[in-house]
Amino acid sequence: MLFSTGESVKISREDALRVAGLAHLDLTEAELATYQEQLDSILTYVDKLNELDTRDVEPMAGGRPLAFDSATPEDSSLREDTPRTSAVAERAISFAPDPATTSSGRYFRVPKVIDR
Amino acid sequence: LSAKKVSARELTDLFYDRIKKRNPELNAFLALSPERAYAQADRVDAMVSRGEKLPPLGGVPVAIKDVISTRGITSTCGSRILENYIPPYDATAVEHLEAAGAVLLGKTNCDEFAMGSSNENSAYGPVRNPAALDRVPGGSSGGSAAAVAAGLAVAALGTDTGGSIRQPGALCGIPAMMPTYGRVSRYGLIAFASSLDRIGPFGRSVEDIAEVMGVLAGPDPNDATSVRDPVPNYAEAARAPVNGLRIGIPREYFGEGMDPEVHKNVQEGIALLERLGCKRVSLHMPHTDYAIATYYIVATAEASSNLARYDGVRYGLRVPNGPLLATYKKSRGRGFGAEVKRRIMLGTYALSAGYYDAYYLKAQKVRTLIARDFIEAFRQADVVVTPTSPVPAFRLGERTADPLQMYLADIYTVTGSLAGVPGISVPCGKTSAGLPVGLQIFGPHFGEATVLRVAGAFETAGGFTLN
Repeated sequence: MLFSTGESVKISREDALRVAGLAHLDLTEAELATYQEQLDSILTYVDKLNELDTRDVEPMAGGRPLAFDSATPEDSSLREDTPRTSAVAERAISFAPDPATTSSGRYFRVPKVIDR
Repeated sequence: LSAKKVSARELTDLFYDRIKKRNPELNAFLALSPERAYAQADRVDAMVSRGEKLPPLGGVPVAIKDVISTRGITSTCGSRILENYIPPYDATAVEHLEAAGAVLLGKTNCDEFAMGSSNENSAYGPVRNPAALDRVPGGSSGGSAAAVAAGLAVAALGTDTGGSIRQPGALCGIPAMMPTYGRVSRYGLIAFASSLDRIGPFGRSVEDIAEVMGVLAGPDPNDATSVRDPVPNYAEAARAPVNGLRIGIPREYFGEGMDPEVHKNVQEGIALLERLGCKRVSLHMPHTDYAIATYYIVATAEASSNLARYDGVRYGLRVPNGPLLATYKKSRGRGFGAEVKRRIMLGTYALSAGYYDAYYLKAQKVRTLIARDFIEAFRQADVVVTPTSPVPAFRLGERTADPLQMYLADIYTVTGSLAGVPGISVPCGKTSAGLPVGLQIFGPHFGEATVLRVAGAFETAGGFTLN
């Protein structure tokens, strides 16, 4: 690999397992080993950002740097927060993996949450 | 059409015939929508027979990237996890196209959730480049680019997060535009990285791009990041002369790793712009080299958050595995492909406790520095001109082994994505092997008209067919 330092230091197997847990990803042992190695290589490359002094730099928070934006304030203003009717919900539920109809309405049905 | 030489229905027939012939080898389309297409064609034909003036895209056959929602037509995002997903509403961009008379032919293949630079990450197989079938079309909007390049659609919508419109445009040899962040509504675009994602057009000419941009641009109450700035007449801009405009050439975009033939073509393209009366200005954009590292932290962090919604409950694939949490994990582990899981892992790590400041916050600060490079550049120049991709179309499988190698295909496009500025890729001749080369033109925020002006003049002067 182009940017690999050859030594795996940033990500251990335990780190990779922890991250997979946070991300709700069920990974095979082989996937876990591959991602551990690749993430290590990518994060080593990303270390180059530390060459830059950013102590006095504001982080960007959206898709455009607002301080330099040509858009006037009212251009970026928000719409009125008024309720509107939407016919989407009924159609959305009908495409769910396991839709349920009860006397009180239609719902998404999920597997048992608590095992006892 | 208005001259009644051909009806919209006949035109639609013609394009479906072409798709039927070419799509088996190109794999550009994932779904066709003939019912919707013919209904629209008949509406246009009725207007013609009543002698009404046709809207700007009346009867024009278009294709839509599969990450853009289309009511009643599958939108898989190139992923198994959304294999049977049928959106309950249309994206605003799709509504605009149809209101302007466009005929929606179908949905195009792409890298899964728009993550990739070669279209090899689609769960439904790679797209092939019409210019060379053993090569990639670029990505992630590879299907849209290939469809227009092969004449299977007159125009197409793609999405660009780090280069996903411009790079496949370059590799397939057609013009392709990423508008300013906020210029075109993202409502109905299935999110990858919300602060970077943009919808934009592929076309056969700059004039076509300008027409489609005029239809797409504008505010949308359903996208709070869209802006109300007036929309200029892009088609007029694309025909305006360019003498006296200052074209900025940043030295950082002509470094090592660039294919020598790409370098030669782009230099000839710049020389052509000078002959048209543009003034060349040398620029220094010192943070260019940090863009890939910045992008792959910001984009993956946002992706890890956006893709958390795919849990096998509300839509898409569910792989039963006992209780709820185990079902989430199994559904996501099976439903997502390798690149998507890699980016979710990277983004989750960058946002996780103890690492947020070191990675995500740091990257967002460097992003400000990259945006400042552009602000400074546009004090000295009207547009910034660079290559679109360091290399022409590569062979299928050539770059899949090393993710970082693949990420570097975006080295000249991610900068503009991070800064939020508009950019277009226009064809700039071919290599000796006949592979298309792209010239990239960036403009300041909401400077689409200037970008189209330079692109239009370049095309008219024969820039597309250099050498």
